[in-house]
Amino acid sequence: MSATRTALDRVTRVPGVRGALVIAAADGLVVAEQLMDGVDGRAAAALTGSLVGRLARTAESAGLRPPAFVHLRGDAGSVLAAPGPDDLVLVAVVSPDANLGLARLEMIEAAERLI
Amino acid sequence: MTDDIRALTARLADEPASLAFLELAEALRRRGQLEAAYKVARGGVSRYPGLADAHDLMARVLSDQGDLAGAFDAWSSALQLDPMRTSALKGIAFLYFRAGDRDAALTHLERALDVDPDDPAIPQAISRLAAAPSPAPAPAPAEVAAPEPPPAPRVRGPFEEMDGGEHGILLVDANGLRLRGRLAGEHGDAAGDRVAAQLAGVSREAARATRLLGLGTWHSIAVESPDAHLVLAHPTADTVLLAARDPSLPMGRVTLLAERAARAARAWLEAEG
Repeated sequence: MSATRTALDRVTRVPGVRGALVIAAADGLVVAEQLMDGVDGRAAAALTGSLVGRLARTAESAGLRPPAFVHLRGDAGSVLAAPGPDDLVLVAVVSPDANLGLARLEMIEAAERLI
Repeated sequence: MTDDIRALTARLADEPASLAFLELAEALRRRGQLEAAYKVARGGVSRYPGLADAHDLMARVLSDQGDLAGAFDAWSSALQLDPMRTSALKGIAFLYFRAGDRDAALTHLERALDVDPDDPAIPQAISRLAAAPSPAPAPAPAEVAAPEPPPAPRVRGPFEEMDGGEHGILLVDANGLRLRGRLAGEHGDAAGDRVAAQLAGVSREAARATRLLGLGTWHSIAVESPDAHLVLAHPTADTVLLAARDPSLPMGRVTLLAERAARAARAWLEAEG
């Protein structure tokens, strides 16, 4: 099983995770995905890729190293993103009752192993 | 010519490709120099036809000049580029009201409210329009866009009650300009200005992401860097607030700090009018 598939499996096992994707940050395209019905993978990839890129530039402007984890919180759920190597980003779309702490830990660890 | 207009004019002359035209034209408009504001805005629209801010600015200038048809076209262009732009929705609502179409005005204000339910000016404008007996007198765009300023002290800054005061907190407007606060660090305020510039448009981007993914209205963005914990919030539709703290402070506490700072910023913005 590839590192990408392993990463998606780990993240989607976390309660409350509605789907996970690996995206290419530069162009916002989907590399791999495991999504529940109703989650638009292409939109998630494009929007998250753009937002993570902007936040990375913001951190750089502040003299900070790039983000290791990003959490965009909405009133009906969240988008989580963990940048990995080779410009890849592990993304999860989660419901409001998700175990965010566990999802964060799994994503950061899985993102480090993306190839 | 005031110092700020002189400085902005010089900056635009030095950097014609910069976005300084947005500030310059707005400053001219606020001073009533509408013809000069129009020329600057027209140059900006020509240079940046894909920038919703430029069309929004042009619409405000044209509206002040009494060219309501031109203002309608410019706000429509802004909406085509950014369908969630509440300033354009409010502007078009004002124009519909002026034209006697109160239903269309209310429809646009309700759309603006859907986009930004946290903007208190929108329900106030809806109430005023719903209660108004006829299209005249129409509320001016500024009245639609801004709530009644409550009496509030203007001496103290909004973040003086925060831990660390204004250090590590930035309040940024929609054009990426720093309104209050500063980032602590070796680069001083220059770093804050650079960060502010990067944050222009982040609120609209976050709002678009949560809306299209069915996640409702966005509340915050937490960013973990090895060097700092950052939390973004949006006190109003047109501003973004950044709270930055050392990574030793748990992210949950930085989020609480950002929420408090956002409330303080909202009160300060309302007091400033």
